[in-house]
Amino acid sequence: MAKRRVEPLLWLLFSAGGLAAALLLPVLLLFFGLVFPAGWVPAPAHAHLLSVARNPLTRIVLFGLSVLALFHWAHRFRYTLYDGLQLKRLSLLIIVVCYGGALAGSGIAGYLLLGL
Amino acid sequence: MSADYTEFHPRWYRRRMSVFWWVSRRSYLIFVLRELSSVFVAWSVVFLLLLIRAVGQGGPEYQRFVDRSSEPWMLALNVVALAFVVFHAITWFNLAPQAMVVRVRGKRVARSRIALAHYAGWALLSALAAWLIVE
Amino acid sequence: MADHIILQVTRYRPEREPEPTSQEYEIPLREEWAVLDGLNHVKDELDGTLSYRWSCRMGICGSCGMTVNGEPRLTCATFLTDYSPGPIRIEPLRNFPVIRDLVVEIGDFMRKLPQVKPWLIRHEDAAPPEGEVLQTPADLDEFTQYSMCINCMLCYSACPIVGLEEGFLGPAAIALAQRYNLDSRDEGAPERMEVLSTAEGVWACTFVGECTTACPKGVDPAGAIQRYKLTAATESLRSFLLPWRSA
Repeated sequence: MAKRRVEPLLWLLFSAGGLAAALLLPVLLLFFGLVFPAGWVPAPAHAHLLSVARNPLTRIVLFGLSVLALFHWAHRFRYTLYDGLQLKRLSLLIIVVCYGGALAGSGIAGYLLLGL
Repeated sequence: MSADYTEFHPRWYRRRMSVFWWVSRRSYLIFVLRELSSVFVAWSVVFLLLLIRAVGQGGPEYQRFVDRSSEPWMLALNVVALAFVVFHAITWFNLAPQAMVVRVRGKRVARSRIALAHYAGWALLSALAAWLIVE
Repeated sequence: MADHIILQVTRYRPEREPEPTSQEYEIPLREEWAVLDGLNHVKDELDGTLSYRWSCRMGICGSCGMTVNGEPRLTCATFLTDYSPGPIRIEPLRNFPVIRDLVVEIGDFMRKLPQVKPWLIRHEDAAPPEGEVLQTPADLDEFTQYSMCINCMLCYSACPIVGLEEGFLGPAAIALAQRYNLDSRDEGAPERMEVLSTAEGVWACTFVGECTTACPKGVDPAGAIQRYKLTAATESLRSFLLPWRSA
């Protein structure tokens, strides 16, 4: 019965994570993954980024984004392994690795953002 | 060759589903690529956390991070990741209207409008983030 | 336009072969003929042993579903000229066991459908006129789309999860459950949730969307399923956060 109650909540996390990832990751990855490293626009000064990141609103948004996007991956990847590679027999291992990984990542995100 | 045929019930033929069922149709392949985009979503979060850690550690570490992210393999990885993350966003915004019923003053909002609202929100948030990041 | 076209038809005769084979028939290419008319020509004129299901030949009975050139189609609604010069490959509906030739076994669906209780559930009813339940056109709009299902099983054939997960209820069953959940006369939503909000119910669906593409009646089962996921998830959240509030 507990399993029945958890699955819908995991789907909610997946959905929220999908939306958050879709809205925010493209622009962040575009700048920090491509535009700045490629030198098309000079990378912002460290002091500027630090002050933006230290803002409590930024920390909350980044934490929310990290947690939700990681649980989005966990849920989707779990079903990709079930259906795409027909690995349902390894279900317990998959669940532990996926949601455990998301939980660990969330912890790391919280630790990093608090410590800024 | 005799088949397993009883008097009342012929043997049914059941085809096993191949592990590569998703290669046979274009729509299935696009679906699996969409699902795999989640791996690059996770990578993006890891990359962002590495950035945040570098920023937290100080100027020199941040500079080292920028230098490492311009190495060819990292750049290539992030270009691929960016493509998949954008693919995720587009498929998400195009499918969301099919999953929701939105009513304004009793009338159902058209699917295209809901999708448009998502894209508008995406543009707005992206512009805001870009303005915050770039000095 | 050529005046003939080749049909490559799957044959399976369990009494004499262990696996399906393919047989070719050359039939007239008539502009107004559907694939079903071609099969009827084969059975009437060329090979009376060919077995397949059909009935209304106008897209309402749901009997004539088959895989045409790799796509799940109603053969009465698919025209020969759309595939000219051919050949046209006709196979039984995928994801179902094959009984003979183009005839598939749909018992699995017939057992799954009643599980979602696809009928109006009302707890107490007075006799008319006091017991009459009025519906506005807006009430009707809520569920009409999902009532269009003709149980043709094309959605089950298109859905990869149906092929991968034996217990998955499937698109049509869930869409039909929604037809009743969203009907203002119905009071059975909590009962149906027991069956729908399970690993074999909506949670097995990963929104591939092929069911909606295949549906010949515009039911949009994918949309019905995603909408139900939100309904079930909000209900789960409510019972988790506010357990004292009943459903």
